[in-house]
Formats: sequence, C-alpha cells, structure tokens
Amino acid sequence: MKTEVPKYNQLRAMLAISRASFSAIIKNPSAVIFSLIFPLVFIIVFGFIKGNSIRLEVGLGPDCDTTSIIFTAFSKLPNVDIERNKSFSEMENLLNKGRLDAVLNISGSANEKGVLVEVITSKASREKGLFVKSIFTNLVDKQNLSVIREMQNASGNPLSNIKIYPTELRETEIQGREYKMIDFILPGQLGFSILSAGVFGTAFIFFSLRQTLVLKRFFATPIRRTYIILGETLSRLVFQLLGSLIIILLGKYIFGFTLVHGFTTLVEMLLLSAMGLIVFMGFGFVVSGIAKSESVIPPLANVFTLPQFLLSGTFFPIDAFPGWLQIISKALPLTYLNDALRKVAFEGAGFSAISHQLSIITIWGIVIYIIAIRFFRWE
Amino acid sequence: MEAVQPIISVKDLTKHYPGIKAVNGISFDVYRGEIFGLLGPNGAGKTTTLEIIETLRKKTSGEVIVAGYSIDANPNAIKQRIGVQLQAANYYPNLTLNQLLSLFEGLYNSKIDRQQILKLVGLQERGKSKYKELSGGQKQRFSLATTLINKPEIIFLDEPTTGLDPQARRNLWELIKNIRDGGTTIVITTHYMDEAEILCDRVAIIEKGKIISLDTPSNLIDNLLKSGFKRNTDVKNASLEDVFLSLTGHELRED
Repeated sequence: MKTEVPKYNQLRAMLAISRASFSAIIKNPSAVIFSLIFPLVFIIVFGFIKGNSIRLEVGLGPDCDTTSIIFTAFSKLPNVDIERNKSFSEMENLLNKGRLDAVLNISGSANEKGVLVEVITSKASREKGLFVKSIFTNLVDKQNLSVIREMQNASGNPLSNIKIYPTELRETEIQGREYKMIDFILPGQLGFSILSAGVFGTAFIFFSLRQTLVLKRFFATPIRRTYIILGETLSRLVFQLLGSLIIILLGKYIFGFTLVHGFTTLVEMLLLSAMGLIVFMGFGFVVSGIAKSESVIPPLANVFTLPQFLLSGTFFPIDAFPGWLQIISKALPLTYLNDALRKVAFEGAGFSAISHQLSIITIWGIVIYIIAIRFFRWE
Repeated sequence: MEAVQPIISVKDLTKHYPGIKAVNGISFDVYRGEIFGLLGPNGAGKTTTLEIIETLRKKTSGEVIVAGYSIDANPNAIKQRIGVQLQAANYYPNLTLNQLLSLFEGLYNSKIDRQQILKLVGLQERGKSKYKELSGGQKQRFSLATTLINKPEIIFLDEPTTGLDPQARRNLWELIKNIRDGGTTIVITTHYMDEAEILCDRVAIIEKGKIISLDTPSNLIDNLLKSGFKRNTDVKNASLEDVFLSLTGHELRED
C-alpha cells in the first residue's frame, strides 16, 4: 500500500475560498445594504442635523428701543433669531405655543429713571426662556457695572469719592475639541454595521452553504474543515474592513468626523472593527447551527441584534436610559465596541486606556465561541 | 473489461445507523478504466456506499482501498485522486463558471486550462455566465467539469441524469463515455436501467444494503432469459423514447 502523499497547500485552497466568497458577498445586495448603505444613510441623515446648537427665537415688542447698547449686544449673538413687526397679541400667542422663546421690550433709554429691559417668557419653552433670561441678566449686569466704573472715573462727579466695590464676572472659554453629532453617530453606525454583517452575514452564508451541499462538495476536496471556516471568515473580514474604511473616510471628509491621531486612529478603529466582527460572527455560527430553516434565521438573529441596536448607544447615549435599562445596556457587547470606538476616535485613547472594554468584548467572544462549537453543524 | 488490478476494492463494508443497517456487508472490486454502476431503488444504500468510498462518510466496519490508499489511513491522498459529483450539489449561485473553476483549482491545488475543460463539457460559451443562469443539464455538465480539475483516476457520479430531459441525458452519457475512453475509471449510481444498460461495463444491484447481483448488463439479461423469463407484451423494435427523440430531435435544449 502506498503511503507517500503529494504536497497539498491548505493555505492556497483557503485563499481560493476567500476569493470566491468575497466575490459572492459583493454580488449579494443584502450584504452591501446592511454593511454599507444603511449605516451611510443614517450617517448622512444625522450628519446634516446641525450639531448641538440651540436657536433662540425672540420676539421684539412694538415699542422696543433698538438703539440701546443692550439690544445691539444681544442682536450680535450667534444662535439668536429676532422676530420683528408683529403685534403684541400675536407674539403672546406664539409665546404660548412655544414657537417664540421670549418677547423682549427695552424702554426708557432717554428716561432719567434708567433703562427697563423686559423679558417675557412662557412655560411652553421654559429652558430656552431661562436661557434668554440669563443672557439678559448678564448683559444688564455688565451695563450697570460699566455705568458705575464710568462714574468712579469721572473727575468732578461727586460720586467719584464714594467707594463702591461691585462684583464682576469674568468669563473665559478654553479651546476644547468640538464634539460634533458625527463624532457620536459614526462610531455607533460602524458598530451596528459590524454587528449586522457578523451575525446576519455569517448565519445566512453558513446555513446556505450547508443546505446547498457546497460545504459537502468542499469536503470531497483535500481542504481541511478549519481552513474552510478560515477562508470564509477572511473574506468577510476583508469586506467589512473595506466597508468600515469607506464609512470612516466619508465621515471624515464630508462631515468632519474627528480622528484625533489621524492615520493611527484609523488603524486602531479598523482593528476594533475586526475584533468586533470576529466576536459577532460567533453569534452567526450559533444561529446557522440552530436554525432549522432559512426563514427562522432573521428572527433568531434579531433576538441578538435588535436589543443591541436599540440599547447599545448606537443612536442615543446610554446615559439617557433609566437605571434598570442601563443594566441591560451594560451587559451587551456592542455597548463596549461603540464605547471603545468613540474613545479611540474622539479622545485618542490607546488600547491600554480601553482595556476594560476590550476585555468585556473578549469575554463575550470566548463564551459565544464555546456555544458556537457546541451548536455548529457541518451537514 | 478484464483488468488484473482493481482500482477500488471494497470488503465486507457495513454502515449502521440507529435502527438501520444502511450498508450490510458489501464486497466488490472496480477495475481500472471501466464504468461501474451501483443500481438499486431509493434507500437501498447506493449513496451511502458511494460516500464512504469518497471518504465523505465514516464506515462502521470493513475495508476500502481506493487507488492504492486505505480510506482510514490516507483519506486526503484519496481526495486528491478522485473527482466527486454529489447528488443535487450546488455552487455559489452568483459566481461565473470561470470564477468557480478557479475556486476548484485552488481547492485541488491544480492548474487547468479553463477554456479547454469547459469545451469538454460543451460549455465553452458560458465561462462568463453565472452558475444560477445555467439550465439543469448545463448545471450537471458543469458539475461534471469540476470533478475533472485534479485529473482524477476515478470519478464518482451520484445519479447524474436525474431530472434531465431525454436529449440532455443522452448528451451526458456521451460525455461520460468520452471521459472513460480517456482512461478515467467511473463509478455511477442510478435507478434508471436504460442508463445502466447503455453506459455501464459492469453493474452491482443493491437491495437493502446488500449486493444481490454483480455482472455485465448483458450477462445479467442472458441469465434472466435462461431462467425462462418472458416479457408479457410483444417487444416492439422502437420505444416511446425513440418516438419522442425522432419527433423532437437529438439536439440539446438549453432553456
């Protein structure tokens, strides 16, 4: 009996599977839609929403003195829209509905009693109303202070001898990094793209490869089973990393997404994407193993993906949730992937600074692959 | 078909599933260069036997030597020397035939002339077509092409003509004969007796996991006639299939 076996290169066979599988993925519309189009649509929608800026709608009373120093200072502020030429009752109506945040009336600049600044707000827009009031408190204080200083400095004025010690507020703004909407939304969308590609992509492809006997046909060739899985995983990884790259670069060049350390940050985000994808693929393997028919794959996969889509800080920061919901959020792996992506991209955190997130994602990976090995079926 | 050295040797092969003896002590030899048929009704154990020889399924007991290698000791050496067509196997549906052939080149670590192999199975025009766009007959012919990539000594065909129209069946038979004439040994399962009679040099008839008869088709027929068998209707010199083919022609229909 012969015993020598010709050299067979498993790697070459694996790469052949990767190439074929990659071509199959890019020709599959649902893979492209979930990994690329969906996240991009969300990024574009949220990217065009103007950051966190608040706009104040302020109505002008019919007799408002627009020549006063206070009015001039107020009208120069950014974020202020001034509504003129409306009757008082009209404005009161708008104020009631919250369409105006405040109505302003300045009078008596020529009056010996001094200037009167009236700010009328309503409960319909309480927070913005408070904001308008605090702006005017500030402006009025500054104005009063300058009057006092003027009197003290004017020689010959009897008041200049009186000692007054007014309190002055000094405001300083340091040059912080501007946290834009895109800096929150892009990492979340990236995480979601990785999640859905990992879970849905893997579940469908391995189910159908098994069902249509493609896997069995592979078994009839000398390739080892491990290399079949590695080959499929590699193609998915390359596809998803290309997707992540496109999302990040479009985010950067169109919406000004912050990559603190530039190229290094980009590479770190891609490494995180790869790690997340491999962990989430484990869930895909579990689903492909326990699904009895193709139609139960979406509901099974959604049991895992939907809660994460909503609760893992993809659209809203998890701090906005009530405490009991945050407990669930803090158990989900996507929460930590999103968190890690944001910290790396915006704060420039190194991998040591996100070791907490990385270790929780790793624990999820170990647990899910233990389950996947139990449930995975070849035939 | 007298060859001294069997290329496949099966001895006392059994395969037990809980409650069923799917293969129950089968022994036979396949000789180099012949078309060997495994015949039998559905569920007789043909496919199980075939898949054990192809190293796709574990046996319960027995000994199988393929191309000089034992299925226990050297399954990978066997896989490199055989070509396998599965019953109802598929491929990535969106890939072109050229892409799929390139995939199998990698899987077998072989380099082939894709155009030549497509020409061999009559698909030279379809290299850029997607697999899912092929007709049933074309899919079977392509499947046959993938078995030839590693220039195998033996190819295994599991019910290759099931579901094909008479023209496509005849076309596939020609193809299989050509491959045999090129020196490749062929093992085929079928439940069509006309197919076995036309194609096979020798056949084994399997029933309930056992071989109940093994000989050339012509000897099996002679033996039956010697036992005094007579058909109860007059045999005409043509069949309904001859009528069908003379009316619709022998040309392949591809859609």
